[in-house]
Formats: sequence, C-alpha cells, structure tokens
Amino acid sequence: MTRLGWLLVVFCLSLPVQAEDVVLGLSKDRVAITATFDGSEILVFGAVKRETAIPETPLHVIVTIAGPYKPIVVRRKDKRFGIWINTESTKIEAAPSFYAVATSAPWDEVITKSQDVAYQVSVARAIQARRTTHADAEQERFTQAVIRIRTDENLYQLLENKVTIDEQTLFRTSIEMPANLTEGSYDTRILLTRNGAVISTLNTEIDVRKVGLERFLFSLSREQPLIYGLLSLAIAIFAGWGASGLFSALRRS
Amino acid sequence: MQIYLPIAEVSVNAFLLLGLGGMVGVLSGMFGVGGGFLMTPLLFFIGIPPAIAVATEANQIVASSFSGVLAHFRRRTVDFKMGTVLLIGGLFGAAIGVVVFNYLKSMGQVDLLVRLCYVVFLGIIGSLMFVESLRAIQRSRSNVKVSFKRKQRNWVHTLPFKMRFRTSGLYISAIPPLIIGVAVGVLAAIMGVGGGFVMVPAMIYILGMPTKVVVGTSLFQIIFVTAFTTLLHATTNYTVDMVLAVLLLVGGVIGAQIGAQVGARLKAEQLRILLALLVLMVCGKLGLDLLMEPAELYSIASGAGH
Repeated sequence: MTRLGWLLVVFCLSLPVQAEDVVLGLSKDRVAITATFDGSEILVFGAVKRETAIPETPLHVIVTIAGPYKPIVVRRKDKRFGIWINTESTKIEAAPSFYAVATSAPWDEVITKSQDVAYQVSVARAIQARRTTHADAEQERFTQAVIRIRTDENLYQLLENKVTIDEQTLFRTSIEMPANLTEGSYDTRILLTRNGAVISTLNTEIDVRKVGLERFLFSLSREQPLIYGLLSLAIAIFAGWGASGLFSALRRS
Repeated sequence: MQIYLPIAEVSVNAFLLLGLGGMVGVLSGMFGVGGGFLMTPLLFFIGIPPAIAVATEANQIVASSFSGVLAHFRRRTVDFKMGTVLLIGGLFGAAIGVVVFNYLKSMGQVDLLVRLCYVVFLGIIGSLMFVESLRAIQRSRSNVKVSFKRKQRNWVHTLPFKMRFRTSGLYISAIPPLIIGVAVGVLAAIMGVGGGFVMVPAMIYILGMPTKVVVGTSLFQIIFVTAFTTLLHATTNYTVDMVLAVLLLVGGVIGAQIGAQVGARLKAEQLRILLALLVLMVCGKLGLDLLMEPAELYSIASGAGH
C-alpha cells in the first residue's frame, strides 16, 4: 500500500472521532465557599455538534467532576489488648477529594472496561492510574475502603441514568456537591460514547474557593500562624472580659 | 443555620454549637468546673476532627477562665506566687504534651491517646466524685458533723527548695507545685482541657492550700497554660478553628453566668452527684467506642507532610 493509502485509512479511522463534538455549558464555573456554605448544585448541559447524519447506535454521555488529587494515609483498626486501635496503614499517593460520575445509562452500557482503563473514568481507575507502585490484594482492600468511606460521605458519587439526552443532541445533568468540599480546581470532563467506546471528550475546570472571611482566616492560619493564634487569644480574652463585665453590670442594675 | 468552619472544613449547624456551648457553660457555672472535659468529647461526637476539637477547646477555655478569674482578682483570692510556680511547670508540660501529640498524630494514634486519656481520667474523677457525694448525702441525713482537718505536715514538707507562699500561708518546697503544673500542662495539651479537675484536688490534698484561694489560683494558671497550648497548636498543627471557638465561647460565657445563678439555688451534694453521673456517662460512651467493633474499620487521614 502506498503512503497515501495509509493516510487515507488513518483519516477514515479518525473520522468518527471528529464527526461529533461537545459544546458545553455550566451553570457556574466558580463555587464560592462562604461562611454559610451548605453545598452546591452544578448544572452541566450541552449539545453534540455534528456535520453528518446521526449514526444508528445510541449515543451516551458521561460527565465527571474530580476534586484536587491529594496524598492520603488509610489506616485499619484491629483488636489489640481488648480495644480497637489503628494497626495497618497504607499510603495512597493521589486520591481525588471529590469525584462524581454521571452517566446517561447503566454503567456497563456506556463504557467498556478497557475504555475505562484508558480514560480513567471510574473513581477506582482514577486512583489506580496515579499509583507509582503496583497494588497487591491488600492495598486493593485499602483503596476499596477509601471509595466506600467517601461514597458514604457523598464525596464519591456514581450517578447512573442521571444524564438526560434529547434527540441524541442535547444533554444535561445536575451534580450535587456536598458542604465538606476542599479548595482547588475541579477538573470537569464530558465523554461521548457509542458502543462503549469513547468518541469525543471535552475538559474544563470549575474553581472551588473559600471567599471572604473563610478565605481570610484560612490564609492567616497557614501564612501567619502566630498572628492567627494571638488573634484567637485576643478574641477569647475580650469575650471573657466582656461577659464578666456585662453580667456584673446587669446584676447591679 | 449551617456554618462552614474554615479550618475544620466541615459544615455544622451554628445553633447546635451555640447550644452545646451554652449547655456546657450552664454546667460549668453550676459546678464551678471549666467544662473542657465535657466539651471536647461532645465535639468528637458531632464530627469535629479530634485534633481540631482539642486545639480549639484550649482556646475556648482561655475565655471562660478569664471570665472566671476576674471575680477572684476582685476578692483577692489568687495566690500569684503559687500560680507562677504552677505556671512554669505548666508551660513545660504543655510543650511536652504538644510534642507527644504531634508524634502520635504522625503515627495515626492520636485519636486513641486522646480517647484513652479521657476514659481513664473521667472514669477516676467520676467514680471518686460519685462515692464522695454519696457519703456526703448519707452524712447530712444522719446529721453527724464531721470536721475536716487539713494535714499540717506530710512528705511534701520534707523536700528541699522551700518557698514562702504568703497568700496561701504555706512554707513548702517548690518541687510539688512544679510537678503538678507539668502534669496539668501535659493534660491540657493532649486532652484540650484546663485541668482544673486534677489541679484543684491536688492543691488541696497534696499542697494543703486553703480552699478559698484554690479556684482563683488554678484559673490564673489555666489561662496562661491554655493560651500557650493554643499558640503551640496554632503554629505547629494549624488546628485552631476561630469560627468554632467563637461560637462555642459565645454560648459558653452566657451559659456560665446562667449556671452560676442556678447552682446557687441547688444543694451541693445533689449537684455533685449529677455531675459525677454525667462524667461517668461520657466516660462510658467513649469506653464503649473503644471496646466495640467499629462499623468502619478503615479511616482516612491527610497524607501530606510525611
């Protein structure tokens, strides 16, 4: 085959990937953690842009939002001397502080295992992909524990059938973010799939920041811990003095 | 109303915290105790991370002790010299306590240490108080007057480095108060308490100080030791949550004043039995948590800084 022939094959193979593209909208690309922050709901919506006719096989959409990856230590309790204490521990180099996956159909229908490995869509894959060492069965149990605990805290969410698609073109979903969020940039991905294979992706970011008083106190406590400590003490002493003075004034009157 | 705590990074109900602060404040006013030993476990129960509960509670105790000591200043019932000796020991103790705390935190055992300290100390103090107040009630029923006499001479008087404490009317060695100070400082740093519940009996029974100066002097020492502890935790662990502290202390100082009024109308023995039961209940709950198999065996901690 000639070089031109090869080019033609490559072009034809890559054609379906470029045939459909995502146009995305977010209800907000910033989440501000204020003093009364009580979680947030983010609406992710968009459309599929295509030049050709709609293919026969059904289109599926996966939306993922991942919080900043941080190293964590996972510990397991065992019974020693009659009480339950932490014994075994393992370090996970990078686990997302928040991870939500919303799909337009049951998990097995939207993406195949090998595509999940390639694109690190599920939270288990996302954690494993960032391991530098090989995980044995024991470490696997620790990883599963992290997913279980964070799922209970609503920090890891698998939202099957939560993406609605209209006319194979318009899609939308809403993702609830809980109150105990950490700061950072939240990587947001949209994946289009057909027959379990990813045909198009789009990445964007949602910025989660403490603002106002929360921002001020947090920065002060990390950058000027001594001043922060002294300020805490000053407030405490003032409050104690104020309360004592106020109540003795009330009693006298 | 939910409020987001900037350091603890959790969202809690502000009224719950004000209420807790108020409730513990009422109790501390009624019983004349600092309340740290009740507040810190309660904070664990509502889901504040132990390291933050301990450090923040130290900050709150500064407020309640300062509020309390002012009245004692006016009545001149503070032995400054004794307080200073106790304080020197206390500062050493607090520093040791924070070092131990940080070491165990890196080992993942700080939870266990704090809980064990609580079970042991609450258990001992609660049982002693319970037995003692039962006896007191029996005595008052049988109407027999028992006069307590302070021991005039014990082993404390045989030690060297004697000092004269005018306000307390004592001439004793500086070593026992220093040791008591160190012990209380360690407890303050590890448990997030003022340590009055250990120091007050020690001052009466070991040092032989007159009862009227004991509370004021211990409050004087507690202010500085907990202030020092707060600073140590704030600068080494970044675990003092100012928003949490403010909510607790607003409830606390108001509650304490109400509690003092209520306490004046109740009988001392009955009050002490109630307090003893409360202490034993908290101790029981913490003890059970250690003994029973937890629903989740795994726990996650931040892996930074290793």
